[in-house]
Amino acid sequence: MNNLVLLSGTASDSHTWNLVYLQLLLEEEGYRVVNLGACVPPVLLADECEAEQPDLVVLSTVNGHGYQDGPRALAEVRGRPGLAAVPVVIGGKLGTGGPEPAQADALRAAGFTEVFDDDTAITRFREFIAAFVLASTADSVS
Amino acid sequence: MTGFADAVALAAAHGRLVVQPRMGMASPLEMRAGLLAVRGARATTVGTLTVDSYTRVGDHRAALEALHDGARLNGYPIVSHHPDTTRAVLDGLSGFPVQVRHGSADPRAIFAALAEAGLDATEGGPVSYCLPYSRKPLRDSVGHWSEACEEFSGHLETFGGCMMGQLCPPSLLVALSVLEAIFFRFHGVESVSLSYAQQTNADQDAEAIHALRTLAARFLSDVDWHVVVYAYMGVFPRTPSGARLLNDNAARLAVRAGAERLIVKTVAEAHRIPTVAENVAALENAAAAASSVSFVSSCEDNGVLAEATALVEAVLELPGDPGTALLAAFRRGLLDVPYCLHPDNAGHARSHIDDTGRLRWSSVGAMPIPRSAVDRSGTTTSSTHLLAALHRVAHQHDARTHRGDES
Repeated sequence: MNNLVLLSGTASDSHTWNLVYLQLLLEEEGYRVVNLGACVPPVLLADECEAEQPDLVVLSTVNGHGYQDGPRALAEVRGRPGLAAVPVVIGGKLGTGGPEPAQADALRAAGFTEVFDDDTAITRFREFIAAFVLASTADSVS
Repeated sequence: MTGFADAVALAAAHGRLVVQPRMGMASPLEMRAGLLAVRGARATTVGTLTVDSYTRVGDHRAALEALHDGARLNGYPIVSHHPDTTRAVLDGLSGFPVQVRHGSADPRAIFAALAEAGLDATEGGPVSYCLPYSRKPLRDSVGHWSEACEEFSGHLETFGGCMMGQLCPPSLLVALSVLEAIFFRFHGVESVSLSYAQQTNADQDAEAIHALRTLAARFLSDVDWHVVVYAYMGVFPRTPSGARLLNDNAARLAVRAGAERLIVKTVAEAHRIPTVAENVAALENAAAAASSVSFVSSCEDNGVLAEATALVEAVLELPGDPGTALLAAFRRGLLDVPYCLHPDNAGHARSHIDDTGRLRWSSVGAMPIPRSAVDRSGTTTSSTHLLAALHRVAHQHDARTHRGDES
């Protein structure tokens, strides 16, 4: 466990404020962050994951293509050596018409560890990374 | 001049602000209906055809697949649709100017597609559509934009005054807008507009727009130009009344500072992509707000013009053509966009909002901006501070309308 988070936008999303903010938030929680920035194609994301072997992968996207882009990114990551089980979460504005619970469930079914796509996203994400740190600490103690 | 620029000039001559939506639908029928609705709005409008995100990044295969699968796209895939389809979208709209908006660091295919469909106006820039939005090296973007401009004969707007959407101090926005327009002109574009996005303080914004006009008059005297203001591009108020107040303030800012055109936002901005009806309402409200004020020739002077002039001159003094100079300027950090994650941005500059609501430099990196312009009081950047700065305008406008104060 080296507390490394790989933070990334999705292939078609150009927004970066979400990534700037999440980097600060994660660093304040004690993580090291590799921030890949905007418009990260699945192959580049998987290459970087393979090189960095992060403890957690965070995809953040707000352009409304997340329900489509998320599974493509995840499939590429999961296919790489050592990355079959790395926790991958996704959040932001994932659809063009607001949160869609059925689509969020589809993302979980596709293998995302957690999906943060509604009004409670940031609160739940903070809780998630806090609990994640605790769980990792417990792991390293045992 | 072009059809688009002619329409803006005509409106300006009659003292009317041109208002324009953001709008793009995958379906040709919906796109056409949207343009017709904008044309029919009770306002002096021009239309917008925004491409989808796949087209923006050049993934035309993904755009085609989405069209075939009936998946939702967030814009009109102008490269993937047949030119005849796009001409049908525009059929009978002759005389109604439409601008293609795209966000691409490699706009060559998009420029070709819009020209083939008979359109004459688009926007962007080698810096403003690369650094914040793309992974492409800036060098590649400059090359692609040079080629695209050389082949282009219409009206081109710089997006340089909108960098990052929020928290970029006005002097850098003004400088980038002017520098991109100089780049366009060097590559043969004869009709340009210069953008500026509404930021956090109306007086500071008015000063910035005056500075933009002063520098445009100085550096672009041999081409047709006008100024376009963007309603706030950061986190938007969540309440309909807060959103409307912010949009109305943008319209008033545009008129008071002498801009000719305004890109509006809608009450849906904080929540989702707006409907056509929400866009029409935003256009009509903005036009009403614009008609309630008039041009004010004076403004405060807190150094925006001096800073922007220093930035523009420092870049133009570098050897080579404007594209080469822009590349060198970013390499040396003479231009440095706060919070921009792109590898070709130096990343030493930081900004914050001061107690009066004005955007200030926390640090200027290697930019030729006097140290006296740096406000050391706001140098902490925690996630909480950043989030507060990003949401400040939204909260302010939501709170103000809750109190029923429409000032």
